[in-house]
Amino acid sequence: MSSQPPVEALAWRHDGHRLEVELRQAPLNEIGTVLLAGLERLAAYLYAGASGARVVVIHSGQPGFCAGADLRELHAGLSTRHAWMPQRARNVLLRRAAGQFIDRVHAVFHALDQSPIPIVAAVHGVCFGGGFELALVCDRIVADKTARFCFPELRLGILPCFGGVPRLEREVGNAVVRDLLLTGRSLRATRAHALGVVAEVVPPGKALDAARSAADQIARFRPGTVAAAKRFIKPHPAARLARERALFLDLVLRPEVLAALDRFVADTSVRPYLPTSEAPGG
Amino acid sequence: MADPIDTLRRLASSRFGSAAAALAADADLFEGLGIDSLQALDLLTDLEEAFGVEIPDYELTGVTTLQGLADVLAGRL
Repeated sequence: MSSQPPVEALAWRHDGHRLEVELRQAPLNEIGTVLLAGLERLAAYLYAGASGARVVVIHSGQPGFCAGADLRELHAGLSTRHAWMPQRARNVLLRRAAGQFIDRVHAVFHALDQSPIPIVAAVHGVCFGGGFELALVCDRIVADKTARFCFPELRLGILPCFGGVPRLEREVGNAVVRDLLLTGRSLRATRAHALGVVAEVVPPGKALDAARSAADQIARFRPGTVAAAKRFIKPHPAARLARERALFLDLVLRPEVLAALDRFVADTSVRPYLPTSEAPGG
Repeated sequence: MADPIDTLRRLASSRFGSAAAALAADADLFEGLGIDSLQALDLLTDLEEAFGVEIPDYELTGVTTLQGLADVLAGRL
């Protein structure tokens, strides 16, 4: 067994044919520039051969898998950057910056999604927004019974923008996607399993063990054949991803979105992952 | 058939300890048990599994008590 030095929000280690990746960004693996840089480094490692690893297991060392995009970072960028500029000129720069961030996310999620080395996700607890989108790039999701999956973005007046909707459309029927997207409700693991999003459900605390077992089974097959099978069965929804990016950029600079982010950042209650009666207008 | 509030109280106490066993039906769950929203989601999962129902999160808006949970649950049984 060999180890790689920690990469800030993310660390990996080899165990036989497995590469085990731990998300370790406190509090709940929020995806901002730090974790994104870690994922970019992981993707580069996979495409460089990952020292012969045949399969990846990605899991979280935090109380949940991932709570989604780092909204505090998004809020800081939208509310303070270029604040001295006239609004119209400022919006041009903010839209460009948001587009560049989305392009980085799309590039690394695409790289992981299409990686010739399969990825198994071990999910527990919250798997919301960008976290759900990260799980959906993986080839197989193992969830323990504490896992819950959700697209809460409409509460903020935006759409998911890390490729989650096009990738969920790949897995399930459009009615399921509409239900999750338009209501923002969360699904427990057993329901997500019934819908086909999750490959297997295991007791609390057992997701990593089950993911390792599945990964070891994948690693028994010839890597070239596994990669060919993955290329054959897993389409890249390029046109839908481009449409998602455009829609997000049309929405994100609206004043009501910033107002919703203001409320989120100011919220010190114990209920940030539960719905509130407040909703963005527009 | 068991009182749903008794069942909810049992689920809460098995997850959050004995303080939940004595929780009044109209007491605030968050304040009374000192739980946060992640723990509340765990309780929701326990509740859905125990009763074999799905409770959309939006039906829990403003629900903070065992009685409130029981009322929402009643609409799903």
